[in-house]
Amino acid sequence: MTYTIDWLAVAPELTVVAGILVVLTLDLFLSRRDKYWTGVVAVLTVSLAVVPLIVMAADDLTRAMFDGSFVVDDFALVLKGLFLVAGYLVLLMSVTYIESDRYYEGEYYLLLLVSILGSLVLASSRDLILLFIGLELTTGPLFLLAGWRKGDAKSNEAALKYFILGVLSTAMLLYGMSLVYGLTGSVRFVGIREAIPAIGAAQEPALVLGVLLMIVGFGFKVSAVPFHFWAPDTYEGAPTPVTAYLSVSSKTAGFVAMLSVVYLAFPDLTSIWGPALWLLAAASMTVANLSALRQRNIVRLLAYSSVAHAGFMLVPFAGAAVAGQALSEGLSATVTYLVIYALMNLGAFAVVIAGARRTGTGDIEGWAGFGSYAPRQGILLVVFFLSLAGIPPLAGWFAKFVMFQAVIAAGGTAAVWLAVIAALNSVIAFFYYARVVKTVWMDPAPAELGEEATAPATGALRLAMGLAAVAVVVIGVFPGISAFFGDATTRILNGG
Amino acid sequence: MTVGPGWYMTLAAALFSIGAIGMLVRRNALVMFMSIELMLNAVNLTFVAAGRALGTLDGQVSVFFVLVVAAAEVVVGLAIIVAVFRTRATASVDELSELKG
Repeated sequence: MTYTIDWLAVAPELTVVAGILVVLTLDLFLSRRDKYWTGVVAVLTVSLAVVPLIVMAADDLTRAMFDGSFVVDDFALVLKGLFLVAGYLVLLMSVTYIESDRYYEGEYYLLLLVSILGSLVLASSRDLILLFIGLELTTGPLFLLAGWRKGDAKSNEAALKYFILGVLSTAMLLYGMSLVYGLTGSVRFVGIREAIPAIGAAQEPALVLGVLLMIVGFGFKVSAVPFHFWAPDTYEGAPTPVTAYLSVSSKTAGFVAMLSVVYLAFPDLTSIWGPALWLLAAASMTVANLSALRQRNIVRLLAYSSVAHAGFMLVPFAGAAVAGQALSEGLSATVTYLVIYALMNLGAFAVVIAGARRTGTGDIEGWAGFGSYAPRQGILLVVFFLSLAGIPPLAGWFAKFVMFQAVIAAGGTAAVWLAVIAALNSVIAFFYYARVVKTVWMDPAPAELGEEATAPATGALRLAMGLAAVAVVVIGVFPGISAFFGDATTRILNGG
Repeated sequence: MTVGPGWYMTLAAALFSIGAIGMLVRRNALVMFMSIELMLNAVNLTFVAAGRALGTLDGQVSVFFVLVVAAAEVVVGLAIIVAVFRTRATASVDELSELKG
């Protein structure tokens, strides 16, 4: 059997591989002062990798390779684009942060690029093995990045907690996969889907166990309650740009894996995974929002906020599944939510990085009067936090809108109850975002400000904040842009 | 009496459960790590047994990938445990309680 390789389809991955090799080699020859060039190469690599994506988007073909294991369709294109944009913004945020620290620079960019490579592979994977490789390649480097400040006890603790729970979730996911493979005889999603109706009643408990173990594995990756407890600790202890990456790219990777498995392999098993996801969604929103209310550290607050958003993202397809409706609208809503969430959350983290340098603290109290001595960053903070809360005309409202639209359209008692829980949680969420905004703008600034308080942010960080802010405002005013991306992905379900 | 794939599946399930229980009850990071390896090996056994019963190679191929990834994870994990040990001189996860709330 011979395989033909479509080089254009793998061009984004190959570009990143080339970038990884260049960074690795360059790092050997650069002196300590010139290490920032590795960062420049990383940023260029990620920008270059977008080019083949645009070329492929223009000709509107579905490219399948290796017996349909590696597929580049609209779903893959949109998510690869999202991973690259998120990677680009995180790299911009990292430049200042890593340079100002005395830890290794070259290795940092190397590991971040490897993680981006993993997420690109993941978006195209249509079989269990490739999915597993992509997911591990995404999260593996992040265990190390979470512990990057290795002299710091908090960073160590963050890395160890993330590692142990990450590997535990991998083991559960794999056991689920091996059971599903044993029962269906296929590792490809299409094959699994075709084999499922033939499974007899005697083997059904094993199938249920396999599917649920996989959902639990994904639940850890997307940090949904009750598998979220690593998230706040890891987010707080890890370097802040890594936290931004964890909360966006690693979470999106978990969602991509979950979505492609449940939609392409298990669409006929909604009675098994539907109720499980319903519970995860309801618990994530409620528990995370109530915990976020009493947080004093701004990064922990964003950590709980990201857990709550994972719950909101689960709502559309959990709703459609429990109501037994077509899944395409739920998929479209979730992908739209992922795109918007990535932009606004990265923006929020960029402002937190800039602000933490000025205020010198992560405690929300220490940010009192931040708006009075850093007005532009103060305004950006308001933009991103209110967008996360879902206030129009910022992008967040549209994410919530499509989420509610999809779950209400699904109909049925269980779906409507989920919508009610989501609505109550949106209100609770508003309180803690608004509390930060109030502290920043209405509380008096401390009488004596530190030296750093008036130091401007560096160019790269400004660019990251600016790009995210423009995207959040433009999508909020013209929501059709992001809905277009969401709709494009649903063609995956029609075999298109 | 022939030993069919069901026996291997049962053994794998038992190994996986032992590993999972080990994760829950032991508090030493190294022992927890060993428990995870036990779970991953249960996965390998299931893949191989299923592949053999089905007569396809997918199961055996999966095991190669799982082994390689598990080896990479050992490297990462031990590096992290060593880093923790240097700052704390302990491998007990209960004493890691700086981050709370």
